[in-house]
Amino acid sequence: MWRVGAALPQTSIMAVAFDGGVVLGADSRTTTGTYIANRVSDKITPMTESIFCCRSGSAADTQAISDYVRYVLDRRWTRLCAAVKPQSISCLACKNSSFDGGWGCLSCGGRGSLSLPFLRLTPLFLASLLHAYVFFLCRYYLDMHVIEMGTPPLVKTAARLFRELCYSNKSQLMAGIICAGWDSAKGGQVFCIPLGGALVQQPFAIGGSGSTYIYGYCDANYKEGMTKEECQTFVKNALALAMARDGSSGGVIRLVTVDKDGADREFFAGDKLPSFWEKS
Amino acid sequence: MVFPCLPLLRHAASLWYGSLCGRRGYTMPKPVKTGTTIAGVVFADGIVLGADTRATSGSTVFEKFCEKIHYIAPNIYCCGAGTSADTESSTGLISSQLELHRLATGRESRVSTSLTMLKRMLFRYQGHVSAALVLGGVDLHGPHLYTVYPHGSTDRLPYVTMGSGSLAAMAVFETGYKDDLSLEDAKNLVYRGISAGIYNDLGSGGNVDLCIIKRGSTEYLRGFATENARKYRRPSGYAFAPGTTAVLSSKFTRPLKEIAVVEEAGVAEAAVDGAATPATGEMDTTT
Repeated sequence: MWRVGAALPQTSIMAVAFDGGVVLGADSRTTTGTYIANRVSDKITPMTESIFCCRSGSAADTQAISDYVRYVLDRRWTRLCAAVKPQSISCLACKNSSFDGGWGCLSCGGRGSLSLPFLRLTPLFLASLLHAYVFFLCRYYLDMHVIEMGTPPLVKTAARLFRELCYSNKSQLMAGIICAGWDSAKGGQVFCIPLGGALVQQPFAIGGSGSTYIYGYCDANYKEGMTKEECQTFVKNALALAMARDGSSGGVIRLVTVDKDGADREFFAGDKLPSFWEKS
Repeated sequence: MVFPCLPLLRHAASLWYGSLCGRRGYTMPKPVKTGTTIAGVVFADGIVLGADTRATSGSTVFEKFCEKIHYIAPNIYCCGAGTSADTESSTGLISSQLELHRLATGRESRVSTSLTMLKRMLFRYQGHVSAALVLGGVDLHGPHLYTVYPHGSTDRLPYVTMGSGSLAAMAVFETGYKDDLSLEDAKNLVYRGISAGIYNDLGSGGNVDLCIIKRGSTEYLRGFATENARKYRRPSGYAFAPGTTAVLSSKFTRPLKEIAVVEEAGVAEAAVDGAATPATGEMDTTT
């Protein structure tokens, strides 16, 4: 009875990639059995500033998973920024504060590697030693995971973390997740992690019990190369149709649009949803 | 709030019922794990929490004036629905950890910290700790109000209800809630919500307890409304003079004088060693 959304992923969630970003959308209904425990819930959870996920399935499971993924991403990224980028750290070799990312000095090219500078005991070597020490600290905090210097995590990294958790604990979890966002490497991307723990990249993804009602609509109306505004309308219409037919979905529509400038949230109240042939 | 007083009987009954249902291909009915109305509302400068005071064991009212609003920190309180042992122990555990955290850091506890601790603990137990909570408090970020479900999921809302009386209380909140209520209006709204639970839900009853948390002050109003307090008590009491009841016959039996006390240590050791002891059958009777 207390299992919030236990038997089926009782929601409608969706994400669409466009050139330069993604649009995520979700309904806002959370149920315990036949009772609506929360009619304005937020199922679109931020992972980083430009990666979001739509959660469906057991609320407890998906909250725990996304908390953990966010923790890992935070640790990999913010620790990197915080530990390596304070203004006080400057390169001893060229007195330049362009030391970034921990891998080396951008101005004089002083390397953070331990191998080469060991050969000669010069001021450059001593500087490199400091570099190496900071580098080592970073590596320690980074959990021995090398990512691009100082850049935020990739959408794929977040999606793979979700996949790892969902797949390796699949017998205990009820979680269907759509992970989408923008990164500088590949632009807008949408990844779907369904119940078993697969990881599929798709141009658009739908999920939850409400999605079964709109597969046809989405296949008919999705076009390659849609603009941001077209994607927003597409998501809004699809979700409104799903929420109208699916008893477990409803409430309001929440939209998140992510592009290179960050994320933008939109909210459509229950009486401001798009209507179709049924005039309300 | 449920006191599992008759677990064996209930277990036996459920086994019997289960086998009956299994044979016929029916599914087991879901157990209702809570007989409580708890609620909370965010108002202009704080939080009002409310609870009824009934604890049940099956269909018996086990305790008429229990406390369901538990202390977490001076600025954070938590209402509990579900198994009372679970709600009390989990709130107690978190409040103790927060106290140590405050001593170590010298800072006021945050509501989100207690929320995270509670949800992680409940998620770890996968719903077997049946504590459904309404967590409210005021910290440096302002007032916060959350619900926590036994499986560890949480919601953040301006007005919340929990327990079997939550539907009745939510009906009142949905009609009466406004943003930035005054303290008096908020107290009245929570009181009306809990009363709706008390009067319309079998599992809820007794009085209304309130807890008002504002920045820098907390007020626990035990028995804010005592509408179900005992109204009449016989002024002369119920002490009857000896002889009021006629004694028809009496018999006095002396206690047995010869009682042999058997020490079990030797027997127990023998049993641990694996030696077959003829006295095994007697062990139960001597204890």
